Order: sequence, then C-alpha cells, then structure tokens
Amino acid sequence: MGGDQGRTGEGSLSNMANQPKSSTANRRWRWFTNHMASGLAVLSTILVIAPLVAIFIDLVYKGASSLNLNFFTKIPAPVGEEGGGMANAIVGSAVLLGVASMLGIPVGIAAGIYLSEYGRGSKLSTVVRFTADVLNGVPSIVMGVAVYALIVVPTKGYSALAGGVALGIMMIPTVARTTEEMLLMVPHSIREAALGLGVPNWRSMISITLKTAMPGVITGCMLAFARVAGETAPLIFTAFGNQFWSTALNQPIAALPLQIYVYALSPYDEWHRLAWAGSLVLIVLIVVSVSLVRYVTTRGVLKGAS
Amino acid sequence: MNLRIQEPRAPKAPDAAAPAGGLVPVAVPSPPPASAIRTFLRERGNSRVADATFRWLMLLCALSIFAIVALIANELVVNSKLTLAKFGMKFFVGSAWDPVNENFGALPFIYGTLVSSIVSLVLAVPLAVGVAVFLTEMCPQALRGILSFLTELLAAIPSVVYGLWAIFVLVPLLRVYVDPVLIKLLGWTGLFMQPDFGIGMFAAGVILAIMILPIISSLTREVMTAVPHTQREAVLALGATRWEMIRMGVLRNARIGIVGSIILGLGRALGETMAVAMVIGSSPTISRSLLAPAATMASVIANEFAEASDDTYRSALIEIGLALFLVTIVVNILARLLVWAVTRGAPARAA
Repeated sequence: MGGDQGRTGEGSLSNMANQPKSSTANRRWRWFTNHMASGLAVLSTILVIAPLVAIFIDLVYKGASSLNLNFFTKIPAPVGEEGGGMANAIVGSAVLLGVASMLGIPVGIAAGIYLSEYGRGSKLSTVVRFTADVLNGVPSIVMGVAVYALIVVPTKGYSALAGGVALGIMMIPTVARTTEEMLLMVPHSIREAALGLGVPNWRSMISITLKTAMPGVITGCMLAFARVAGETAPLIFTAFGNQFWSTALNQPIAALPLQIYVYALSPYDEWHRLAWAGSLVLIVLIVVSVSLVRYVTTRGVLKGAS
Repeated sequence: MNLRIQEPRAPKAPDAAAPAGGLVPVAVPSPPPASAIRTFLRERGNSRVADATFRWLMLLCALSIFAIVALIANELVVNSKLTLAKFGMKFFVGSAWDPVNENFGALPFIYGTLVSSIVSLVLAVPLAVGVAVFLTEMCPQALRGILSFLTELLAAIPSVVYGLWAIFVLVPLLRVYVDPVLIKLLGWTGLFMQPDFGIGMFAAGVILAIMILPIISSLTREVMTAVPHTQREAVLALGATRWEMIRMGVLRNARIGIVGSIILGLGRALGETMAVAMVIGSSPTISRSLLAPAATMASVIANEFAEASDDTYRSALIEIGLALFLVTIVVNILARLLVWAVTRGAPARAA
C-alpha cells in the first residue's frame, strides 16, 4: 500500500497531467479510486467467505449435537419415534460409490491415457477432450433422467445399480481430464528409458508412466469421488432411497444425500436434526478428501519423476 | 559393449544345444540367464498384439465419452416422443402446467430458470471478479493459499447441504432482515412485493449465487494469472496506480476469459437442481415479484418426476430435461471456447 501512494504521486506524469490546474484534484481522485477498488475487492472477499464460514458453523453447531453412536448403527426410526440413525444410508452410499468407482475410474483413466499418450495433438483427442468438458457441465438431474430411461425403465424398477451407473458416468470426465493432465507432466525421458530397455509400449505406459503419475491420478479420482459423493439429483429416480437395510444391487437403496434431502423437507424436528447430522458427516468426508488432494498436489505430485 | 554382443548369442546357444541332446556340456549351466532373455524377447515379440489391443482399449474408453453424450441425447428424445408429437413447439410457449388434464407448457419453468440464473449472476459476478482481483493482485502470499483453498471448499459442498442450510438459515434471514428492506427500497419496481414467504425466486437466486461464485472466481483467477507480467509492468511504468494497472493491464486483457467463466457459471446455475428445488417453492406460475414462489426446469423434474404416474406427464418432464440438456450444452460449448481462446494465448493478444 505504501509503495502505491508513492506511485500515485508519480502518476501525475501520465497523460492526464497535461492540465496543471486540475492535477491535485486528479491525483486525489486517482488515489481515491485506487483505494476504493482495493477496499471493494477486500469487501467482496469477505462477503464470499462469510457464507462459507456460516455454513460450517451451522453444520458443526446443529450437526454435532445430534451425532451419536445411534446415527451410525441404527436405521431410521418410524415417524414420531425418538432415535434412529442413518446407518443404512451410509452403507447405501458406500455401495453406490463402489459401483460408480468401478465404472468411472477405469474408464476415466483409460480415456486419460488415450488423450495423453496416443492422441496428443490429434483432432480426435481435441474433440474428446472438449466433449469431456461439456459432459462435465451437463446438469446432474439430466443424467438422472437419462439413466432412468436407460436402466430403470427396461428393468422395471429402481435399483442401486442404476444409481451407481449414473454416478459413475458423472465421474468419467473428471477422472479422464485429471489423468491426462498428470500424465502430460511425466517427463519424456522416463518413457524413452523404458522403451529403450525393450519394454513393450503398453507395459511401459502402465508400470512406468501411469505409476509415476499415480499420486496425481489418485488425486483426480478422489476429486471425482468427492464430487459424486454429495450428488442427490441423479439418485432421486434411480436409487430412489430406502428406509430399510438393503445392499442388493437390484433393489432401491438408501443414500446419505438422498436421505438428507427427504429429511430436510419433512415437517418433523427429529428428522431435521438427522439431516443436519448427515450433512456434517458428508461434509467432513468431502473436506477430508479435498484437503488430502490439496496436500498431495501442493507437495509436488511427481516427486519421483524429476 | 561386450555384454551387448554376447547377449543375442546367449539365447541361441541353448537353442542349438537342446536338440543336440546335451552333447555339448558347456551349454548346460547357461539356461538360467538365457531363458530370462528369451522370455524377454518373446514378450517383445508378442507386444505387437498386446500393444494394438491396449491401444484399441484405450481408444474405446475415450470414445465412450462420445457414446455417453449420444446415449443421453437418444434416451431423452425417445422417451419424450409422446409430448414432442402431441405439443410440438407449443410446449415451450404454453404457460399451463396441468398434469390432471394432461395439458403441459414449459414456459413457467423456462422463465424460472432464466430469472433465477440472472439474479444469481447479478449477485455473483461483481463479487467473483472482486475476489479474483484480490487474490491475484493484492493478497499477501500467506493469505492467498488459505483463501483459494476456502473458495475451493465452497465448490466442494454438495448441493443438498446448501439446500438444507438455505431452508433453515438463509430463508429466515432473508425473510426477516433483507426482504423488508428490499420491499421498501425497490418495491416501486414491482420486483419485490408482498406477500413474502421467504422461499421463492430471490432465495433461489441468492443460494445459486453462493454456489456459482467459486467457479467464476477460480476461472477468472486463472485467466488473470495468464495475462503476461510485462503487461502489468508496462502499465505501472507509465505511472498508473494499482487499480489503474488492474483495470487497464489485467482486466482488459482477460475480459474474454472472464466472460467465458461467467458463462460457465451460468451453465452451472441453469442446471443446478437440489438447492433450488428446496427453496424456490415449486409453483408453476410466472409472477413479476421475485419474492413469489416459482419453479425452474431442473427443480420441477426433481420435485415431480417420482410422482409422475402416467406416461404423458413423465414424457413432459423428460422433454424439459431434454431442453435443459441442449441449453446447457450450448452454453458450455460457448464458455469453453472463450476460456480456451484466452488460455491458449493467441486471440488474447489480438484483442
């Protein structure tokens, strides 16, 4: 700030200083706008951070008070009864995310490998990359409707499989793009060294290139995982939700975000409490994984490589 | 050198020796190293097939991204045939939404989506640019990491948690403190009028603004850092203040990218579902007041799809999904092209 004021003084040398009479007023005006703009930038940052802080405080304050062992071990109690938890929703979310990861991570990584290793600079890969970015922007509710039409209608029933597929499809573009970016960071000399030893191309990609970039690739997968972990919209009419224990893939299954949604809109205080507690659990899960990702990426993803 | 010459010979020696039936005693101890090399060579011989298979497999996965987009489009079109045929283009201009009499018009939802997105952009864009300016140009190094991490976190919070927070914290706050002021000050525009329930278009716009802020600000930050340092130095050397440097040196050069990031934020706002569905009030009506309950394309699907029992109703909702899909794809393509144009650098210099 101090340096800038000095600069403001010198600023009168610029084109506007041609009229000597107004130069003091001019300088003062420029000093004012400069500080005004700085103030506004600081203010907007505070305004942006405020809701975040508010959300976290509310979550911890309202969520922690209803978190107890029951929350993790019991299934929802019938309306009007005290107690009950969200154990089935937590397990259901795990099942859904497992299915999603089994679909999304391999396909995503493979697409990333293609983009960085085979398609570098080719027209096809540019189009694929672009399509992935666009697919990333498709609303999750549309994904839900599409998977409903694709799986739920033919099989004539809501199922965990349909929910998992919907989430898995949403993971693919994120995983593919981060994998590509991470593989591009692997130095060429490493690939050349592997190929020079006579290692087959595919083998060098898997156990040299991919392995070198592994921390980064895992980061991408976790990012995609964290993103779909909180998705509700695609699950409403695919996984549908379930008040009871179920881990069967061909049956409707409960999911944490879905349960939060249902409870938040219900008229019962007891359920509101559970919704807050569920949100806290969800947020902790996501914040932990995002922080982990951040930790890994800022510490130099490819430490071994260079 | 020596090793290299010997190695190719090594596998041959046992090959020659084997049929001879151990006539040459010297060859007997050599198999272990020889077989290692031979398996190695064999692997390399096979790698042509393996490489090709691997390549095709990877290509297949890359192409699956196309397939997914095509599949989504196809499923949506096939399943909304009923209303596509029955209402045609009238579907998008009709304002009646009457599931009982099977009369469907999507105009209230299109209006709701547009207005809630515009409200959120009006609120979010100045703040997002302000944050980006602060983080790239003014922020002390130590604070920058923490703040950008916090804005990243804002992007990671699930939509449903935003919705929960909006219902129980934001909406009462708006109803008690913000809305009365708005009604008093801006009531004459007709945009803020009684009755006020707290939930409605304005609440949806506010929560949307909070949700799209991180996207806009992080992309704006990206394009602002992409502006070459020489630009800043040149403007400063002419004696500009910091704000003048930011305005002339940075924002001017980054403006295309900023517009791109805003459009990307718009794409997100258009398709955002859960938080909006929870606070907008779900009413298929068009009203001038922003405090009145309304519905968006995404929220009507979320709220009504599960209870849509007959085929026409369901088909109408899927057609709304199709429209949403097409709109967001166009918006996203536009935004990506703009952002790409800037981060690649070439057109930015021309501008």
